[in-house]
Amino acid sequence: MKKLLAGSALAVIAMSGAAFAQEGTSACLITKTDTNPFFVKMREGAEAKAAELGISLSSYAGKVDGDHESQVQAIETCIASGASGILIAASDTSAIVDSVKAARDAGLLVIALDTPLNPIDAADATFATDNFQAGLLIGQWAAAQLGDAAADAKIAFLDLNVSQPSVDVLRDQGFMTGFGIDTKDANVIGDEDDARIVGHDVTQGNEEGGRTAMENLLTVNPDVNVVYTINEPAAAGAYEALKAVGRESDVLIVSVDGGCPGVQNVKEGVIGATSQQYPLQMAALGIEAIAQYAKDGTLPQPTEGKDFFDTGVKLITDKPVDGVESITSDEGLGLCWG
Amino acid sequence: MSGTDNFESVVKERRTEAVAEFHEDKTLIKRFQHALHTTPALVPMIVLIVSIILFGLLIGNRFFSAGSLTLILQQVQLVGIVAAAQTLVILTAGIDLSVGAITVLSSVIMGQFVFRYGLPVPLAILCGLGVGGILGSLNGWLVAVMKLPPFIVTLGTWQIILATNFLYSANETIRSQEIQAEAPLLQFFANTFKIGADENGRGGATFTYGVIFMILLVIVLAYALRQTAWGRHVYAVGDDPDAAQLSGVNVRGTLISVYALSGLICAFAGWALIGRIGSVSPTSGAELNIQSITAVVIGGISLFGGRGSIVGALFGALIVGVFSLGLRLLGADAQWTFFFIGVLIIVAVAVDQWIRKVAA
Repeated sequence: MKKLLAGSALAVIAMSGAAFAQEGTSACLITKTDTNPFFVKMREGAEAKAAELGISLSSYAGKVDGDHESQVQAIETCIASGASGILIAASDTSAIVDSVKAARDAGLLVIALDTPLNPIDAADATFATDNFQAGLLIGQWAAAQLGDAAADAKIAFLDLNVSQPSVDVLRDQGFMTGFGIDTKDANVIGDEDDARIVGHDVTQGNEEGGRTAMENLLTVNPDVNVVYTINEPAAAGAYEALKAVGRESDVLIVSVDGGCPGVQNVKEGVIGATSQQYPLQMAALGIEAIAQYAKDGTLPQPTEGKDFFDTGVKLITDKPVDGVESITSDEGLGLCWG
Repeated sequence: MSGTDNFESVVKERRTEAVAEFHEDKTLIKRFQHALHTTPALVPMIVLIVSIILFGLLIGNRFFSAGSLTLILQQVQLVGIVAAAQTLVILTAGIDLSVGAITVLSSVIMGQFVFRYGLPVPLAILCGLGVGGILGSLNGWLVAVMKLPPFIVTLGTWQIILATNFLYSANETIRSQEIQAEAPLLQFFANTFKIGADENGRGGATFTYGVIFMILLVIVLAYALRQTAWGRHVYAVGDDPDAAQLSGVNVRGTLISVYALSGLICAFAGWALIGRIGSVSPTSGAELNIQSITAVVIGGISLFGGRGSIVGALFGALIVGVFSLGLRLLGADAQWTFFFIGVLIIVAVAVDQWIRKVAA
């Protein structure tokens, strides 16, 4: 049924494509959810840039993270509406590929934001944070911060969820690489045998999950002294769990995101260091690329040496270490989102 | 009551007769089935005890310690409180999908009223509790007066309330440190007392006020459901609303009161949520509806209404908590927790069907 609808939508577009093109450029933004400040900021960035360039923008989002169906519907709607391009933060990076192909076949420029598709070349371009790099930075920082003690650290990993989405794997394995842990297969979390790993647990990326996961891993080993967290809400939850057992001051928490509450937590010493990413930038660059494509058909080019356009990541900490470039929390607060 | 002359001897005779009759088909299994029918919390209690012993044997002291066992209480406090609300609704043969949404919206209102409008903290908490009660009443009104199916009503209000939550809060998290500095009362349920901790405050049994609240709530509701007219009406309405109506029960009023109370309890859960996670986060508690229904079902409360005990729901929540922590300590992939909880749900419903046969 879905395919059939997409197919007939395609036929309509094919017949009337020329007529649409003259009515000005339009673009679609499809995010994972409307509830995550990260995607809210992304939408704001896209809206601002679209208004600046005189492009009409329609925004869509899944109901929850992982809501694939809504995203497929959104792509179908975008094709039918005759948009010039789609910016998408895909919930299911493999399953969405067919729909993305349908859109590209209909002549739309499809840019993956934040999350690369699987395979990455299923989209015309990818504008994303280098999540491996984000993990690598906090791993290097944590190792340098501990110095010699890094050799017998006890590390708890607070990951995203059991399905191990790519962002989860990249950050986790990036941290390990930065810290000096053999990741074995870098595409899988949990196959490592380094004795410093206390365990992995999942948080759903929120405070409640972060607290519960931290409590679980503290039960596994009460001597945890380094905590890697998938994002800052999970880190805040972990901190509450540590506070409840009086360990908050002797455990190093590192995280990824760079949201304003998270950066504030770095400033106050709750989080040791966090890797900041730039959703607003991703969306703004994406809209520019669609405008360019609509004008003369130019395709955006990836960053040199990478298969995607790297929108940058910066380490934020107030305890800088040698060899790892970082900015202070005050600088981070000027760049934060959400 | 037959009014014969020799009252005592008649009763005696009848009793011996009856007992003799029963003896014939009252096998051990039948007796067990009957016991389960009269004490529905028995199955989850047995499962809970067996699973605690099992994990205790498999894992040893790391699991079987006062610290770990009370940690499970802390981890299930939210689900436990919300499951109490869910139990009330399910006893009336309804279902409340909006519990998680009411919980998180109430917590957001408590937080934002303090930090956005500068209201005194107790007043903001009252507002949050009030909103919970009002939203619950709205559910009750739609179910009882408009005669809409509870599943549909709460499927709708769930989404409406959750959307309102995100629109109103603008997805802003209020950080734990700010709350601690300016409105510590919001974190009231995070207060703890410890029994048997060492001088550093480590180890021993730790009870948060949230845990105490959950246990008190279940005790009070268990009493109300068993010993008050209102409680019996709740069961009667769930068992057979028409019969209840004919017996003079105010079905409409009972239903509305149940949904309103459910909403109010969820608002308390929202307050406890702030204690649990420290911060006010609009993205928390999204899965509480499914988790609470899971606890209720595993707790042996019949989804067809009219049967089950609220203590069972608490056991159900604890079973999930025991499996979650136990499997984590065994180093199992988190996916296994979902797997076993799924198995428990099916087993619980199968047992429920089997017990129902005793009544037929």
